[in-house]
Amino acid sequence: MSYSEKVIDHYQNPKNVGTLDKSSKNVGTGLVGAPECGDVMRLQIEVDHATGMITDAKFKTFGCGSAIASSSLATEWLKGKSVDDALKIDNMSIVEELHLPPVKIHCSVLAEDAIKAAINDYREKNGMEKIRFEESVVH
Amino acid sequence: MLKLPIYLDNNATTQMDPRVLEAMTPYFLEHFGNAASRNHPFGWEAEEAVDYAREQVAKLIGADPKEIIFTSGATEADNLGIKGVFEMYAGKGNHIITATTEHKAVLDTCKHIEKIGGEVTYLQVNAEGLIDLKDLEAAIKPTTILIAIMYANNEIGTIMPIKEISAIARKHGVLVFTDATQAVGKIPVDVNKDGIDLMAFTAHKMYGPKGVGALFVRRKNPRVKVTAQMDGGGHERGMRSGTLNVPGIVGFGKACELCMLDMESDTKRISKLRDKLETALLLLEEAYVNGSREHRLPHVANISFKHVEGEGLLMGFNKNIALSSGSACTSASLEPSYVLKALGLGDDLAHSSLRFGLGRFTTEEQIDYTVKAISDTVIKLREMSPLWEMYKEGIDLSTIEWAAH
Repeated sequence: MSYSEKVIDHYQNPKNVGTLDKSSKNVGTGLVGAPECGDVMRLQIEVDHATGMITDAKFKTFGCGSAIASSSLATEWLKGKSVDDALKIDNMSIVEELHLPPVKIHCSVLAEDAIKAAINDYREKNGMEKIRFEESVVH
Repeated sequence: MLKLPIYLDNNATTQMDPRVLEAMTPYFLEHFGNAASRNHPFGWEAEEAVDYAREQVAKLIGADPKEIIFTSGATEADNLGIKGVFEMYAGKGNHIITATTEHKAVLDTCKHIEKIGGEVTYLQVNAEGLIDLKDLEAAIKPTTILIAIMYANNEIGTIMPIKEISAIARKHGVLVFTDATQAVGKIPVDVNKDGIDLMAFTAHKMYGPKGVGALFVRRKNPRVKVTAQMDGGGHERGMRSGTLNVPGIVGFGKACELCMLDMESDTKRISKLRDKLETALLLLEEAYVNGSREHRLPHVANISFKHVEGEGLLMGFNKNIALSSGSACTSASLEPSYVLKALGLGDDLAHSSLRFGLGRFTTEEQIDYTVKAISDTVIKLREMSPLWEMYKEGIDLSTIEWAAH
């Protein structure tokens, strides 16, 4: 199977690899996937309380090139967005942007799940109710 | 100058030896006859060439030329050997014993046999990939007709104790079939010393052409017969119909002759390179060899690099180095290698494995390049891996409740 150029580029030059302080109140952390499934993503956002804007995003991913690219792309998209707009990121836009083949759609689903998990973690830390998401269909 | 890409996937297939091609060429062009044409020189030449190749093939495995049935490859030989015995010996019983780490050509053939009224026992293997001989003997029953255990495994290179297996089989009057695809031509295989009754192998794993293989069928002590699986002109003593692939067979013969000539020197050189590669890669933290290191093919190494995923790892260098991974991330099932799982490896380690298959044309320069490329990529991906970070923080990953996925 050959990868799209965009996947290769994210794999070779991943954006925003790293770790934010997960104990900080303005950081939300999402850890999704499982080692047994061959992919684990950790996505973190840093939110400006006053504006509700995402000021920074970092990721670390254990997985194939498409999983790494999906999370790298997600962090790029998250930075500078409001938390509300971040919730609108849909896995299919990741699929389209990276030209992921059908067997790699789960990588994009994982990235979407990681965004939602990070936002919920942030909300919970700050006394907001967790948003209930529908179960992802594709796994 | 190092030429890229480097080929280290010799368990999948091997580059043909130029000497093999040279031997084959005339049989595409001037000597194109059908080996079954008995009435003219074209047929005679082809038949003569096939007879000579049959001797070359037989010699490599210590068999009689009459015991060699040419097929299209090892998969066909696996099918013919197992299904052929199942049908031929139906009057004696319907039970076959095999192992969970066999190649799909054997496992799926056994699954088929279960569907048509056969009974199959799948023996487990230990962490080294070896079956327990006591389990084997205990599994034999009055209806057992065949033990089908591979000579050496294609993913981890583990060599099974075939001599001991056949001694047990003989004691109970059970036939022994072995898929020796990875072993023949690489290590000494002798059907008499090893007590093998049927054996499948193929040319393209030993520097010969694709599309030709053989089934060894013992003719003496005991005389073994298989029921043909294809109807037709009754070629190959009625066991495998179909016009013989003369150039392929000639190439197969030549490949066998070369393996016999070069085995000692090839093995010495290749195992040294394999050991160099393995030693260097094991210097990385949390790197583990899968399968037996003692009972192993000289050209194979299977190594897991914990906390990096195999396919992601391959992507770091697969433009320049051809390798395969036990991570089946490309398959729809997302299941990692069943062979590695059979060793008791966790899915995480199975996902993190690379299989190295060195060969006759592997050079030291290629190994040095490979060590560097893989080490760099492992280090880079670990920097990116949340599991590695947790491991470094001393978090026990097994205590984490992973989100269902």
